[in-house]
Amino acid sequence: MTLMTRTGVEPLRIVPDAIEEAAKLLYIRALKILPDDIKAGFTRLDASESDGTAKAILATMIENIGVAERTDNLLCQDTGIPIFNVLVGRHVEVDGWALKAAIRCGTERATREHPLRSSVVHPLTRNNDQTSCGLHVPVINLDFIEAERVLRIEMIPKGSGSENGSFLQMLIPADGMAGVKRFVVDAAMRAGGKVCPPVIMGVGVGGTSDLCMHLAKVAATRPLGSRCEDAEGAALEAALTEAVNSLGIGPQGLGGDSTAFAVHVEVAATHITMNPVAVNIQCHSARRASATFTPAGVEIGF
Amino acid sequence: MTHYTLHMPCTEADIRRLRIGDHVTLQDTLFGIRDATQIHMFDHGRRTRFDLRGHAVIHTAPNVRKVDKRATNDSGYEAVCIGTTTSDRMERFTRPLMEREGVRIIIGKGGLREDSLRAFSDLGGCYLAIIGGTAALETTWIEAIEDVDLDDLHPESLWRFRIRDFGPLLVAMDAHGGSLYADVQARVQDRRAAALAKLGVA
Repeated sequence: MTLMTRTGVEPLRIVPDAIEEAAKLLYIRALKILPDDIKAGFTRLDASESDGTAKAILATMIENIGVAERTDNLLCQDTGIPIFNVLVGRHVEVDGWALKAAIRCGTERATREHPLRSSVVHPLTRNNDQTSCGLHVPVINLDFIEAERVLRIEMIPKGSGSENGSFLQMLIPADGMAGVKRFVVDAAMRAGGKVCPPVIMGVGVGGTSDLCMHLAKVAATRPLGSRCEDAEGAALEAALTEAVNSLGIGPQGLGGDSTAFAVHVEVAATHITMNPVAVNIQCHSARRASATFTPAGVEIGF
Repeated sequence: MTHYTLHMPCTEADIRRLRIGDHVTLQDTLFGIRDATQIHMFDHGRRTRFDLRGHAVIHTAPNVRKVDKRATNDSGYEAVCIGTTTSDRMERFTRPLMEREGVRIIIGKGGLREDSLRAFSDLGGCYLAIIGGTAALETTWIEAIEDVDLDDLHPESLWRFRIRDFGPLLVAMDAHGGSLYADVQARVQDRRAAALAKLGVA
């Protein structure tokens, strides 16, 4: 084991039972408590909205956030497709196979024990196992981070109304940035009210086709207020946010200024012949929950 | 902009009175219906034992808890969280729902399209918009799950809810060819060129 750990550093060890409990807790918590950044986003939109119907709709959405907390109920009926992002820091010892099984088990238990609606079916038979699980679901994304002795699990119950507002186009270099911008504006128009605006519109630019779509999902599920780390990407975020909100789609597609809390952009290097762009949308019930394991214990947040 | 209270089931005259922009609060009974429910009813030839004539259906599939059957929850289920799904996927079922089953009101989010609007006009129906993603609030308007049919499709069963003060809901598509969604979409289309020009896109 000396090959795996730095001398003198006791690794963070996490047992599968703790992962299972966290997965169960995070799924239920995410469905009930909206992150602070999203609540602040509602306050901001409500203050700037000029359309009467739109303002009334925003007020109902804000009221619903309070009702969910007071009645300890789900914000939205859609329990979504469960997604878990697992971020593993340095000097962490975890049985990866057991971790995957524990996440699945925690998801099943949340569904059965709360109980939650299982929104997951086999794609060909449409059979629902009533577990929120199935082939390759929960979706588990694994990545590694530089932080010492930290393991972070982020849970996203991804609603289907907004997930159906997903678009990919393999643009070519000659389409340029103009093609990318036009694609995003047209995607917002095609999505209209079907994706439960106000939304976070996630845009992926570059990479391969699958990476591009993944970037769009990362962008759509990032906290409000966060910026693209790439300077060009950050500039594009600001321009696209203004453009999408100038269309007048409004909350629920019934008109108004508040179409998007923000447009978020993530970029990846791509091939000299390629210029892919993808859009993935997060609805106004932009739910997230996280558990951060450190030697001091577990911290639950967003 | 008038507010109406409708006790279910309602009549064709009740519906033809409504205009886009009006508000409606429903009382008594509401049926929950969804993708698989309608695919089985209209593509697979299955029939429901419920009489839907003059009734309202809501595009939903609820979170429920199994309970012992009792007076207020004859279905054996009680509500955990009941909300509304995107209607657009179920566009092609509007006319058969009205023609074969006699449904008069569809409640959903995001709106329906031209064929539904024609069906509302031809047969006397309307679309009431609820605010999507506000299920915790919506659940407080539902008193009980009275009955359930086609429950092998669970949670996409056909549900009968007892409701009280369900709304106010916005009349977004009426029986006179009016659609708030079509109005907004036309305005959005008009703004596209200006949005692209500001982005420096020809």
